Amino acid sequence: MTKLNSKIPEGPLAQKWSLYKQNAKLVNPANKKKLDIIVVGTGLAGASAASALGELGYNVKNFCYQDSPRRAHSVAAQGGINAAKNYRNDGDSIYRLFYDMIKGGDYRAREANVYRIAEVSNDVIDHFTAMGVPFARDYGGGLDNRSFGGVQVSRTFYAKGQTGQQCLLGTYATLNRQVSKGTVTMYSRREVQDIVIVDGRARGVIVRNLITGEIERHSAHAVVLATGGYGTIYYLSTLAVNSNASAAWKAHKKGAYFANPSFVQIHPTSIPQLNDYQSKLTLMSESLRNDGRIWVPKTKNDKRHPNEIPEEERDYYLERRYPAFGNLVPRDVASRAAKERCDTGYGVGSTGLAVYLDFKDAINKQGKKAIEHKYGNLFELYHIITGIDPYVEPMRIYPAGHYTMGGLWVDYELQTTIPGLFAIGESNFSDHGANRLGASSLMQTSGDGYFILPYTISNYLADQIRIPHIPTDAPEFEEAEKVVKERIEKLLAIKGKQTATSFHKRLGRIMWDYCGMSRNEEGLKKAFGLVKELEQEFWKDLAIPGDEKNINQELEKAGRVADYFELAELMITDALNRKESCGAHFREEYQTPEGEALRNDDEYMYVAAWEYAGKSKEPTLHKEKLEYKFVEVKVRSYK
Amino acid sequence: MKVKLKIWRQENAEAKGSFQTYTFDKVAPEMSFLEMMDAFNTQLITEGKEPVAFDHDCREGICGACSMYINGHPHGPVSGITTCHLSMRHFKDGETITVEPWRAKAFPVIKDLIVDRSAFDQIQIAGGFISMNVGGAPEANSIPVKVKNADEAFDSSVCIGCGACVAACKNASAMLFVSAKVSQFALLPQGRVEAKERVEKMVAKMDDLGFGNCTNTYACEAECPKDISITNIARMNREFFSAKVS
Ligand SMILES: Cc1cc2nc3c(=O)[nH]c(=O)nc-3n(C[C@H](O)[C@H](O)[C@H](O)COP(=O)(O)OP(=O)(O)OC[C@H]3O[C@@H](n4cnc5c(N)ncnc54)[C@H](O)[C@@H]3O)c2cc1C
Ligand code: SF4
Ligand code: FES
Repeated sequence: MTKLNSKIPEGPLAQKWSLYKQNAKLVNPANKKKLDIIVVGTGLAGASAASALGELGYNVKNFCYQDSPRRAHSVAAQGGINAAKNYRNDGDSIYRLFYDMIKGGDYRAREANVYRIAEVSNDVIDHFTAMGVPFARDYGGGLDNRSFGGVQVSRTFYAKGQTGQQCLLGTYATLNRQVSKGTVTMYSRREVQDIVIVDGRARGVIVRNLITGEIERHSAHAVVLATGGYGTIYYLSTLAVNSNASAAWKAHKKGAYFANPSFVQIHPTSIPQLNDYQSKLTLMSESLRNDGRIWVPKTKNDKRHPNEIPEEERDYYLERRYPAFGNLVPRDVASRAAKERCDTGYGVGSTGLAVYLDFKDAINKQGKKAIEHKYGNLFELYHIITGIDPYVEPMRIYPAGHYTMGGLWVDYELQTTIPGLFAIGESNFSDHGANRLGASSLMQTSGDGYFILPYTISNYLADQIRIPHIPTDAPEFEEAEKVVKERIEKLLAIKGKQTATSFHKRLGRIMWDYCGMSRNEEGLKKAFGLVKELEQEFWKDLAIPGDEKNINQELEKAGRVADYFELAELMITDALNRKESCGAHFREEYQTPEGEALRNDDEYMYVAAWEYAGKSKEPTLHKEKLEYKFVEVKVRSYK
Repeated sequence: MKVKLKIWRQENAEAKGSFQTYTFDKVAPEMSFLEMMDAFNTQLITEGKEPVAFDHDCREGICGACSMYINGHPHGPVSGITTCHLSMRHFKDGETITVEPWRAKAFPVIKDLIVDRSAFDQIQIAGGFISMNVGGAPEANSIPVKVKNADEAFDSSVCIGCGACVAACKNASAMLFVSAKVSQFALLPQGRVEAKERVEKMVAKMDDLGFGNCTNTYACEAECPKDISITNIARMNREFFSAKVS
């Protein structure tokens, strides 16, 4: 078994990052101009990296599939962004934030990385504030905070329920400044279809121009993937519908290991599915659990209107089961608890797949105005979508696929197993272990891009200053382009009868049923077979009208679904391999008598990094053993 | 439910487009407008025809991608929402629904209902930022901001860059969009430093790109899905004139 080198610097936890920075190699300004960097993605991770690298003087090429970088999915993040500022004097610190994330991730994240992200969190807030991001403020003029699940301090900075929008637009502005200076060139409506490796190093990408259909070659000294998560593998999820795993998956097939693919966060509070046409699930931010109380009726199949069910006949099951954290338990715990209530017949709404999130007490205590000020746009959103006014009637919510802790394996430098290929933001696996705490993705994506990658990529590029611009007529580019074109031709040639979306829906259903909120061996094995069968049907009966020389959205979808079939198999393989329950990965065979996740630290305290072995071949598992030197490993309890 | 769909079809930027009329009878009132379009596209594909191309992504009213001009209104007849939030509840059985792309010189159609809105990016690139390098920021709470200013800046900052304001305006003016960004920064101490240059550069770029003049018809405000107020335009005008005289 190959030993993965995570390159964690020596030294005390709190000094590792400073020591790394002190020893990292630098590139002088004159040389930076000669070095090209490709950044794929313009979400918080990609746009922050592209702008920070542009500021340093590198030549940056930045890609996204949307028509404008401002539309990357980070724009949809709602509730907030964490930092260890301790503005509330409530006992917060960098160590506390680090500890909460390690515990929240159920001891499956790497200590050094998590400590570093906690360390830079304060810089992120300073930067956003200076960039004019209008975070909520107190009357004294300072920044306000709120609480999120799984923690006992208030460390979340927010801009109403639109924190992601505000952070992303702030970052889009920093990006635009670099575009105006010519250090960053923006390539919108481009989809990366493959990564080009020359002499063992990532040297470029093959891209489809989504307007003209042209296949373009782009080269660079290093490539950064910031392509987000793969939650849309479930078809219905809280992600933007075009989100996809294709670029990361192609990197995997070219040699980048994929870590913990089955670690997927199912978010407890989404608006439930209302009908079969639905294309998307809308999140109701976790911040609502600051003031909302979750309950179901104490009797099964109670069809009364929620407002008619008296207090004593309501089961506030989170407060009952987890008195210490109550409604603010972490997401995996809250999701499973909702599923348990619904599966046993206490669910509400027409499908029985929903629970109530009730603001009655908060409105009575704080007044409608205060609630409106905090959550106005979320209440409005709920009202628009469901037609129900949450100021007078409790919201109905149910878990939905939301965030992928799994992703490309990276070392401390955020470099994948392919030299010169970096992965940041949600596309990598690193910082959240088996479960992400709320408001820590915006922190991680921005921290990765603004404050971490610029150091680590320079350390890599310092050895590359003598390499001239990489020519795109090298045979490796030729070959990669050929493979991309052949796949497009193959997809178009099927000329079957079923749409890419119909396959996606069926794939999503399989994954949701067998590799979603809870898993078991029998189900996973069954799912594996079902995915394989469906994939074969896809390659025989897919319908794509039109050709490749124009905008062809069906072709775009088909490519993404084709990659999802392969990723689905890897997710299932990973879920089967991990014979324990940890965080969001709940294997029914491994639980405590109270139904809590039962870890097996002796055998599974590792990151499962999978190496691609070829189509339909069993991938090779590499284990990165996790060591906890600075926290005591405990049973995670929120009781 | 059954509807008649009168949709603008255009092969590409160079082609001459035209309206095509279709009947579609698989409409359910609980569908969103885009879900209705998905279902309609499935029907077209099954018939071996090309589906209607349209921009969309988040489907929750925040990314600003969706952009359909429905029955004479950008984002359809219901105010304060984007196309992706428009529900088929608002249409009648048997109704004819006309669907067009945004129409503006600065937003050329590139296929069916998809337009090129990169002019909006160009305006932001001209000056829609604060020139502070990563790492150079002071401690966040060292810049106190009045709640009133922070709230007003927030209200201006929620523009999603969809372009409905331009599509709604008979002059295809981008004033509401530009003024929202100018206002956000003008209201915050962090943004005051470059206020003069910013407004001048953004307005000059807007004029360059072929957006029309504002003649105060208020159509933009009425159709903006994010309720961006025209008081932003007044603020931008003040900023602009004081920049000119100083
Ligand atoms: C509804 C919702 C609410 C959330 N709320 C919060 C919150 O309150 N706090 C929090 O911390 N986190 C939140 N999250 C999580 C957080 O928003 C995401 O994890 C984070 O924004 C991901 O950022 P990213 O930069 O990694 O990727 P994204 O923002 O997803 O960006 C991906 C980018 O990659 C590009 N891309 C993808 N594939 C390709 C390709 N093949 N070729 C070219 N470009 C490509 C896309 O165009 C896009 O620019 C939320 C998530 C959701 C879904
Ligand atoms: S001002 Fe309103 S209509 Fe115009 S782009 Fe912004 S959100 Fe859209
Ligand atoms: S699809 Fe994002 S705003 Fe409508």
